[in-house]
Amino acid sequence: MAEKKRTQVDDIDRSMYDFRYDDADAEKLDAGLTPDIVREISERKGEPEWMLEHRLKSLEVYNSIDMSDWGPSIDGLDMDNIVTYVKPPTEQKSDWESVPDNIKDTFDRLGIPQAERSYLAGVGAQYDSELVYHSMQESAAKMGIVYSGIEEALHGEYAELIRSKFMTLIPPTDHKFAALHGAVWSGGSFVYVPRGVRLDYPLQSYFRLNAKGAGQFEHTLIIVEDDADLHFIEGCSAPKYNVANLHAGAVELFVGKRAHLRYSTIENWSKNMYNLNTKRCRCEEEGEIEWISGSFGSHVGYLYPMSILAGRKARASFTGITFAGRGQNLDTGCKVVLAAPGTSASVETKGISKDGGIQTFRSSVVATPAANGSRCTVSCQSLMLDDRSRSDTIPAMDIRCKNVDIGHEATIGRIGDDKVFYLMSRGVSEEEAKAMIVNGFAEPISKELPLEYAVEMNNLIKLEMEGAIG
Amino acid sequence: MSNGALLRCCGLSAAVEEKQILHEIDFEVPQGEVHVLMGPNGAGKSTLGHVLMGDPVYDITAGSIEFDGADITELTPDKRSLAGMFLSFQAPVEIPGVPLRSFLRAMVEGRGEKMKNKEFRKQTKALAETLDMDPAYLDRELGVGFSGGEKKKVEMLQLLMLKPKLAILDETDSGLDVDALSVVSRGMELYREQCDGTLLIITHNTRILEHLNVDRVHVMVAGRMVAYGTASLIEEIDAQGFERYEAAVAID
Repeated sequence: MAEKKRTQVDDIDRSMYDFRYDDADAEKLDAGLTPDIVREISERKGEPEWMLEHRLKSLEVYNSIDMSDWGPSIDGLDMDNIVTYVKPPTEQKSDWESVPDNIKDTFDRLGIPQAERSYLAGVGAQYDSELVYHSMQESAAKMGIVYSGIEEALHGEYAELIRSKFMTLIPPTDHKFAALHGAVWSGGSFVYVPRGVRLDYPLQSYFRLNAKGAGQFEHTLIIVEDDADLHFIEGCSAPKYNVANLHAGAVELFVGKRAHLRYSTIENWSKNMYNLNTKRCRCEEEGEIEWISGSFGSHVGYLYPMSILAGRKARASFTGITFAGRGQNLDTGCKVVLAAPGTSASVETKGISKDGGIQTFRSSVVATPAANGSRCTVSCQSLMLDDRSRSDTIPAMDIRCKNVDIGHEATIGRIGDDKVFYLMSRGVSEEEAKAMIVNGFAEPISKELPLEYAVEMNNLIKLEMEGAIG
Repeated sequence: MSNGALLRCCGLSAAVEEKQILHEIDFEVPQGEVHVLMGPNGAGKSTLGHVLMGDPVYDITAGSIEFDGADITELTPDKRSLAGMFLSFQAPVEIPGVPLRSFLRAMVEGRGEKMKNKEFRKQTKALAETLDMDPAYLDRELGVGFSGGEKKKVEMLQLLMLKPKLAILDETDSGLDVDALSVVSRGMELYREQCDGTLLIITHNTRILEHLNVDRVHVMVAGRMVAYGTASLIEEIDAQGFERYEAAVAID
């Protein structure tokens, strides 16, 4: 008899991100890493002396510590060949018309200006190593909110505040790529939300890496003062090259007393990217951080946003989804530190692997002796779409306090042939049946995303049945 | 139909992982009739239902299936469904994250039917009410946390929405409670009333047949069709069981 025909859920369609422009106009520094390169980056930026010292010290740290010996292999990443600084041929603008055509076209195709018009309170756009656009609605500025490039902020009203916070949550000594970031960081956004100010619309920064063989090292620093409220969205993508690109950004978030911050990310790096990003948040008393995280791109990813619940009754939630397809090894999860009485955290993640992709959920929950009466629940579910793919769960817990309530549950499963048959017996095609099952699996996460991103995620998982959901 | 048969199996044999389960099945179901398939546990009745619908777990090793005048032996389940065949599952699956209504919508749209959302909602709600089903279930995830009776209601709801030419009802699970039984009976009645449907009912439970005019009964033992007859055969089997058929197969 005929072979049984099995079709697959399509791989994520990255064609919408995979376009590139010649970077001949860009100014590039030599590949590799030396004190001279670091000095030159600093000099070009005209930044304060303390920052140059910080960079040089970070470089020393970088040279003195080893690569991590756990997680996916990063042997394909040769630091001597990574160009750490690529300046696009423009200064930062505050209107899209002044941005060079190629770059403007890039962000048009990614839908950034449209999003800005329809639902964002402000946008920052970075192209390779520098911001090319930053703008915020006047109404937000009137509320005292600051949203600008972090480099320009180093010379402004909040320079001292930034100096007191910069790389304190993520010290260069933390790991090799934090040290690298400290040495060559460039670009990124600074947000300051004053006490009691609540912004109804999100701010969004978008990071695009266009240059081949380059690294992107943006630094995002957000301060949400007591009783304030902010939703920040971060997006990123790159065209695919046949050499390694590196992303080692850093995100430092400070959430004040009773303040609230929602930090959403959809990551779509191309499959030659090593995404070694570090994100941390510190929450004061009754402050709340909500992480929403979608990881779809990259060749290799290490990503574990960390919530440090430093104040009494501070709260954290982490909602994440990771989709690892062919040639991808994505090691994602989160860290939670319960460091004060009565804190609470909840973690819910979904992982999908297909076509030989490897998806690992890795988490760390630490309860310090001060965490009396705190609680944390971790739930992770994985779905493997075929026999060649792999999903793992590696939860770690370090509990140093008697009176805490920590729970963990994990399930790993395959897409059920019985479910596919059932749906097909109702006239639904095999692809659509599988997409429906996968999207159903992802639904608890996608419903948390901002609408436009939920749509994007559904498209990523190739759900071709719009109108059928909801 | 000119030659009378909506469904016809000729020498149909099927295996799962090299193990032969169905042996040269010949039978047919004419348009508009009600047929019952009976047999002891493990006779292959459910397998036959699944093979007719195209379950890829089974390999057809010989023979053919003709449906509505076309050979469908090689068709995938979705194509069979579009051709007008329906299988009500003994144990319907659960699909987390997919609301029942979305699934129904995909089912209808898969047939190229364009229906405005409002009209669709109205229709599904009305159907749910006909089956004494709380319309709130339409917004719940498909099958998740549904009782046996509720799952059966969902099956009957789909039957009445799709109005297939042939409905195969797999009710082999004798553990159906009274509630579920009455749901299935009601669904069958409505299906017969509304579209003069053709039924193939796989069951042990003769109570389910009480309100139906059964045209023909087929008896299956050890993967073979061993007897057929009129509705009177049901009473006979009720009284005497399958022993004499099993004995005949054993000698064979």
